[in-house]
Amino acid sequence: MPSFGVIVFPGSNCDHDCYHVIKNVMGAECEFVWHEETSLSGLECLIIPGGFSYGDYLRAGAIARFSPIMSALKEFASRGGLVLGICNGFQVLVESGMLPGALWKNSSLRFVCKWVNIRVENSNTPFTNQIKEGEVLRIPIAHGEGNYIAEEDVVDHLKEGNRVVFRYCNEGGDATESSNPNGSVRNIAGIANEGLNVLGMMPHPERCSEEALSGRDGALIFESIISWLNGSHEAGRGKHGT
Amino acid sequence: MSEYKVKVVVRLKSVVLDPQGKTVLSALRNLGFSQVQDTRVSKFIEMDVKGDNPAIVKEQVEQMCSKLLANPVIEDYEIEVME
Repeated sequence: MPSFGVIVFPGSNCDHDCYHVIKNVMGAECEFVWHEETSLSGLECLIIPGGFSYGDYLRAGAIARFSPIMSALKEFASRGGLVLGICNGFQVLVESGMLPGALWKNSSLRFVCKWVNIRVENSNTPFTNQIKEGEVLRIPIAHGEGNYIAEEDVVDHLKEGNRVVFRYCNEGGDATESSNPNGSVRNIAGIANEGLNVLGMMPHPERCSEEALSGRDGALIFESIISWLNGSHEAGRGKHGT
Repeated sequence: MSEYKVKVVVRLKSVVLDPQGKTVLSALRNLGFSQVQDTRVSKFIEMDVKGDNPAIVKEQVEQMCSKLLANPVIEDYEIEVME
């Protein structure tokens, strides 16, 4: 089974949820990696979990990006290692420049905590290969700064490279204005780097990976990562194995 | 080497929507200050910095801004070094 690492910053608070899903629900190997570590040897996928690293002081993710672990993480990603940043993890990835753009205050100015729908725009990634393209996932969000902002040409570039992986949508899969919970440009909920091995997303897949938590659409993302690492993935297979 | 007071204003680029400023604007209008046309909320950071001269100090604070204090994707900054 592949080995995962969950990076822990002071203020991370979804680290144990991620660990639980990977270890107990997926049955994969998982360990915590304290942010002061400088080595990531033996790990195949790194999760940067949600929370409020360094109290979100200055800007969300702004201080975490200077943690000792970050240079090892960048090196890991540049060698093709899989990195999944969830919520505050996504904020750390944009602040560190590993993903383009910025995450700014929700247009409502409120902390939004609710279930949303996201459409899978690219199923040919290490994170989505067990999901069909266009499939709608029901998944919770919980953030105050998830409003994705980037220059128009950056967003075009992301789209051309199939790097917009998730967009907020309604139940029917339409990316409407009313289904956009935070004002993100073009309803963007998750983007990847050029190599598609680094993914940042605002929604929380670890909070919906077992039926006891009223849904397991999030598990599809962890299952995709595992089959990718096991080399057994088959792009766009769909969540019901069709 | 002397110590300088440094003031840094980090403001959201004008093209970026400022929901905080909009909320403050509508609160002010609700209070009857109808003359207010627009409001934008910025960050103001004060520092005491040691350095040989104001130019060197300003250069160092520039680096602090581009590295940490401001996010160049959405924010601009202004630095004032005082004797």
